[in-house]
This record gives sequence, structure tokens and C-alpha cells, in this order.
Amino acid sequence: MSDYNFAYLDEQTKRMIRRAILKGLAIPGYQVPFASREMPMPYGWGTGGVQVSAAVLTPDDTFKVIDQGADDTTNAVSIRRFFQKTAGVAVTEETGEASVIQTRHRIPEAALREDQILVYQVPIPEPLRFLEPSEVETRKMHSLEEYGLMHVKLYEDISQHGAIATSYAYPVKVEGRYVMDPSPIPKFDNPKLEMAGIQLFGAGREQRIYAVPPWTRVVSLDFEDYPFEATKADHACDLCGAEDSYLDELIVDDAGGRMFMCSDTNYCATRRKAGHVGAQGVPYAEDAA
Amino acid sequence: MTPLLQVENIAKMYGARIGCTDVSFDLYPGEVMGIVGESGSGKSTLLNCLAGHLTPDSGAVRFDTRAEGLRDTVTMSEPERRMLGRTDWAFVHQHARDGLRMNVSAGGNVGERLMAVNARHYGEIRGKAIDWLGRVEISEDRIDDRPTAFSGGMQQRLQIARNLVTGPRLVFMDEPTGGLDVSVQARLLDLLRGLVREMGLSAIIVTHDLAVVRLLADRLMVMKDGHVIEAGLTDQVLDDPQHAYTQLLVSSVLQV
Amino acid sequence: MIQIENVSKSFTLHNQGAAVIPVMAGASLSVTAGECVALVGASGSGKSTLMRMIYGNYLTASGRIMVGDTDVVTAAPREIIELRRRTLGYVSQFLRVVPRVSTLDVVAEPLLVTGTDREIATEKAKTLLDRLNIPERLWQLSPTTFSGGEQQRVNIARGFAYPYPALLLDEPTASLDPTNRATVLAMIVEAKARGAAIIGIFHDHAARDEICDRQFDVTAFTPGLAA
Repeated sequence: MSDYNFAYLDEQTKRMIRRAILKGLAIPGYQVPFASREMPMPYGWGTGGVQVSAAVLTPDDTFKVIDQGADDTTNAVSIRRFFQKTAGVAVTEETGEASVIQTRHRIPEAALREDQILVYQVPIPEPLRFLEPSEVETRKMHSLEEYGLMHVKLYEDISQHGAIATSYAYPVKVEGRYVMDPSPIPKFDNPKLEMAGIQLFGAGREQRIYAVPPWTRVVSLDFEDYPFEATKADHACDLCGAEDSYLDELIVDDAGGRMFMCSDTNYCATRRKAGHVGAQGVPYAEDAA
Repeated sequence: MTPLLQVENIAKMYGARIGCTDVSFDLYPGEVMGIVGESGSGKSTLLNCLAGHLTPDSGAVRFDTRAEGLRDTVTMSEPERRMLGRTDWAFVHQHARDGLRMNVSAGGNVGERLMAVNARHYGEIRGKAIDWLGRVEISEDRIDDRPTAFSGGMQQRLQIARNLVTGPRLVFMDEPTGGLDVSVQARLLDLLRGLVREMGLSAIIVTHDLAVVRLLADRLMVMKDGHVIEAGLTDQVLDDPQHAYTQLLVSSVLQV
Repeated sequence: MIQIENVSKSFTLHNQGAAVIPVMAGASLSVTAGECVALVGASGSGKSTLMRMIYGNYLTASGRIMVGDTDVVTAAPREIIELRRRTLGYVSQFLRVVPRVSTLDVVAEPLLVTGTDREIATEKAKTLLDRLNIPERLWQLSPTTFSGGEQQRVNIARGFAYPYPALLLDEPTASLDPTNRATVLAMIVEAKARGAAIIGIFHDHAARDEICDRQFDVTAFTPGLAA
């Protein structure tokens, strides 16, 4: 055990953050201001998510961190180690074994359960910011449910690209009330926002926390004649053959060779362990060797 | 006949200084009223009080709402007032960039008010935007251009289209032709007059340009130092001014 | 139709030492439907002033000016607007129009504002312009670019587009050639025949004698001139 207080933050700070989280859960989609602390990492690296994780972690939790779906990127590894060190909690890469999952820009492919918490890192929590620079005005728009502007953004998309080209941070309406930025997850993940787990969103630099309680209605905004579509690359994973997962495209040589693979590394690995093999993949055991 | 707007004893102070005071008038459907006066006369303060952008210190601004008849817009709740602002009311700013979203296409600018009242069919929104761009003489192929690529006159016409697309009943205009070339002004005046007549709009136009009110306004109010010093039929006030200041104002205009 | 009772008017020139210039006192005049009365008197005697008072363009200090059921002296602006829309027409010497509006629309406007169908209004405007010899190639242009005589005829066409029960004519035949002058006089006679009460100023004495039923000398009511 280190000399840090459990999970780095002092108890008063964690209480303050928990109050913000509870308020967020009580008013789904509403951005609750909180006194974001300086964290030992730069803004943009997940300071909001880390503070939320610190406030919800208990010594019995099992913690998982993903960055764009992967457990093994620098950011994910750093945050995982941070809580290993400051909270001494168990960590895992298995989605199903984790009780708290901190994520940047993805929702795991495997459906979450009611005993799991998903913590999002949020860069810009205000979905109206794109068109309305004034915070005073956007707050008023939220309080009065004046959301026409949100559709202006989608209108611009269609007029310029012939379709709603917004492919990530796709705005949603939560429980028929607040319009919310689901953080920069691909819109492929939007349907998963209606889930059994608790979803908490933390924006450190912007000092906002918001939440989606379990089984809350989350509707992606669209037009009647241009309905929302959860899109992904029209491919199967080249490693595990999955056709239902969100894919990353990888350029593999200078000749334009490419492959597609699951962005959710744990999902991919689990499938390969179970014997699934994609077009360019090799059986799991050989790979490990 | 019920007035569309009933203004009673509006006063607004800036500390000890008078913004405007003792302003009362009725505006009836289809009427266009001009407010003239020099800079600092209180005409813009008055317009902003009427349009709900400023809260007057005293007085009432009653509007004939569709649902409940005359309602005091000063004391109604902010959501209700803002709802009026995007349905039955429109506000045309002197500088188009104050009334437009400069980083949104012309079509998006016109469509915003429709989407604000829950239009959710892209094709219909775009169709209406095209129709309105046509009415303000902006060609359809400019619909996806941003206002930053438009001339001053076009920006002003776009602002008017954006405001009128939801069929408001009362339009507030703050120096709508200010800062435009004379030929562009003429085109805009012609357009406004046609729209006012075709849509049966009522309008309140603040300007310091007497030629503009003569062509657009049925009635005229002359303001000085925050007070209305003369009011009446536009041509009567201009041709037979009673107050010393109005006489000075009228005689100061260069004849062309 | 038009009843003027004991009206007076003065101008106060605030910017010239508040000089008060009385221009009319005690004037009374009554014009019935189908009658045409000419205002006469020397230049400056107040013919145009009286005309403008009837139209509500000048304020009247005291007295009554009834046009139909409306007292112009006390009427609210919107009542005068309504009066001008449906009851009281005015053909002035000067054409004042929004630049860029086509001649056809200028003439059709009095019909359009009273709710006439655009097609019918345009048809009527075409007939009038044709009758007043405005060449068809000019109809789509703004009259602001026209010659004085052409503008005058456009003005007349506009003034006669709607069948007002009361009409004010300020020099309707000035600057017209004989053919058009005859046309305008015929139009005035037709207006009388349909029952319009008309008050006019005519420097064209022959025209005045031809169409006016009687004359009204305003000099008698001009302070300083009457003596």
C-alpha cells in the first residue's frame, strides 16, 4: 500500500464528486458542475474520468481501463497502474470480470451487467458548444429545452455530405429531456447507451459530471427522412472474424495493404481463445507463442 | 379590434440617466410603425424593451398571443417569452452578423427557426429554406454557402428570411438598412414592403433614416432624450411636424 | 360625402423664432356624392393646404372634416389609414414610390391592399396604363426613371385604380398632352358618374370649367388675404 490516500484523492474531494455523481444520476443527462482537482496527469488524458473512478472505487473492486477499446495502450496502462498503486485494487483486462471500467472513446462490445460501472473520459461535455459559444446561453437552452440548434448541426451534415456524417460524439436525448454528448464514442456504440450498467461521464478540464442510470432511454437525434444509423466498417474482423464488432483499420505495409480488427481488444482475444479465426488471423495459441 | 401590441408607460433607466420613459402606444395587425430619433434618443432601448431583450423598469408590453389573447410579455415567464421570440416575433438586427450564425450555411440559418419549433423532416426544412431564399432573392445554388461568403445586402436579406420563415406576426427591426449602399437599401425596402403586405405583418422599425420610414411605416414616433415628442401618421409627421425638434429633423434632410 | 366645418390651420416655425403663420380660418365646404368642386384662389392662398388637411396629411387646428363617417381632425392614425385605403383617394402632383417596384405593381397596389385578387388587380392596372398611353414596354420598369408626364399619368392610373367614394385631385391635367388630358378628364367624369365626391385644384381653367360643378374660393378663409 502506498502513502497516498485510497485512490489518490482525499475523502472530502471524493465526497464532493460523489454528490455530483448522485445528482447526475438523479437528473439523467444533466451536466453537474464539480470542483475538478489537479491530477498528476495533463488535461486531455482523462483527468475527469480518473476523478470519477477514484470517487466510486472501493477496495473490493476490480478495475479495467480501455483506450479506444484497447487495454494495452499507454494511456490505459498508465491509468490502470495509477489505481493499482494508489488504491491497491485488483485489475483486469476481462470486461466481464471488471466492476469498474474506465473508458476513452468506446463502449465494450460485451453487454455490461447491473453490477458494473462504466466511467467515460469526456473532453467537451457540452453538445451545443459547436454552434453556441456562450456557456450562459447553452445552459439556458438546456433549462428551457431549446434544442433546435442540435438539429442545425445534423442539417449541416446532410447538406454538405448527403448524409449525417457525424460519426462520433453523436448527440443523444436522455430520458426525453436532456440532450447529451456521449463523449467521442463512435456512433456505432450509441445503441449500447441503453444498458444495464451505470454510466458516469467525467470532464476534468470543463469541470462537469453527468450520468445515465441503468436502463435509461437514450435516443440518438435524427431526421424523419434521415434516420440514425449505427455504422461501422463493412467488414469482418481479420483476426477473429467477428461481424458485429466495431473495427479499427490498420495499414500494414507501404503497398496499401490493410487489415481490419476489433477495436475492443478483449472482445477479440476472447473470441480467438474460443477458436474463432478471421481472414488474416492465426489460431490464438500460436499467436501467444 | 384588439391591438396586436399594447405598450403602456414603458420606462427604462440607466442609473440616473433616462433610457426611455413614458412610452405608450397601440399597434394593430398589419400596421408598420417607425421610431426615429438621433443616436442616444432612446429608440434602441425602447425597441429592446419591447422585444424582451431588456427588462423595463416599469410599464407593460401586452401582446395578443394566439392562445390566450393579450398577455404582458414583461411579466410572463422567460420560456414563454423566448418561445414568442422564435414563433410570433422576429428581430432583424442592424448588423446581419448579430442575427445570423456565421458558421452555419444559409439553408441551416433559415432552417434553424423551423427546427426550433420541432420540424424534423430534412427534405421539408430544405424545401422551405429554398422557398424563402427565393423570396429574398438569393439563388438556390447559394443555399449551402456560409453567410461569410455573402455581400452585406445578401446577409441582411438572409437574416430577414431566417426571421420570417416561421410566419411571425410582429417583426422588430433595428436599422434594417443601416450600413448598406443606397441601391441595396432600395432593394431591401422594396422586399420588406412586399413581405409586410403579403404576410400581413406588423412591424416596428427603428431608424434614423426618414426616407426609410416614409416608404415603410404607416405611423411614426419621434424620440428625443428618451421621450416620445411627437407621434402620428408618417406623412403627417414628416410634412406637418409640430415639435421644434421634428421640424429641425425634417428640415435637415438633404433633398435629392 | 365630404363635409368641412369651420376649419382653421396655422404653422408654428419653431426654428425661426417660433413664428406662427395662420394659413386658414373658418373654412366650411360640403361636397356630395357625384359632385366635383374646384378649389380656387391665388397661389399661396391655401388650396393645397386644405387638400392636405382633408387627406390627413396636415393636422387641422380646429373644426371638423367629415369624410364619410370619419372625422379626419380627430381620427387615430389607423382610422386615417383605413379611410385612405377604402374611401379617400388622392392624386398628387408628385409620384412617391419605392424604387425598383414595377409600374404595373405601383398601379395595382391600391387594389392589392384592399384584398383584390392579384390577377384581377393586374388586369385593371394594365387597362388603366393602356388607356393613359403608357407603352407596354415600360410596365415592368420602375416609374422613377420616367419623364414628368409619364410619372403624372402613372400617378393618375394609381389614383383611379380603386373606386374611392371620395377623391382629391391636385393638378391632374398638368404637364399632359391634349390626348391624355382628354382621357383624364373623361376618367374624372366617369368617377363623378359612379358617385364619387371630388375636390380638385386645376390651373387648367378650361378643364376646370368643363368638369367642375362649382368653385370654392379659399382666399376668403386665408387670414391676411381675405381682408
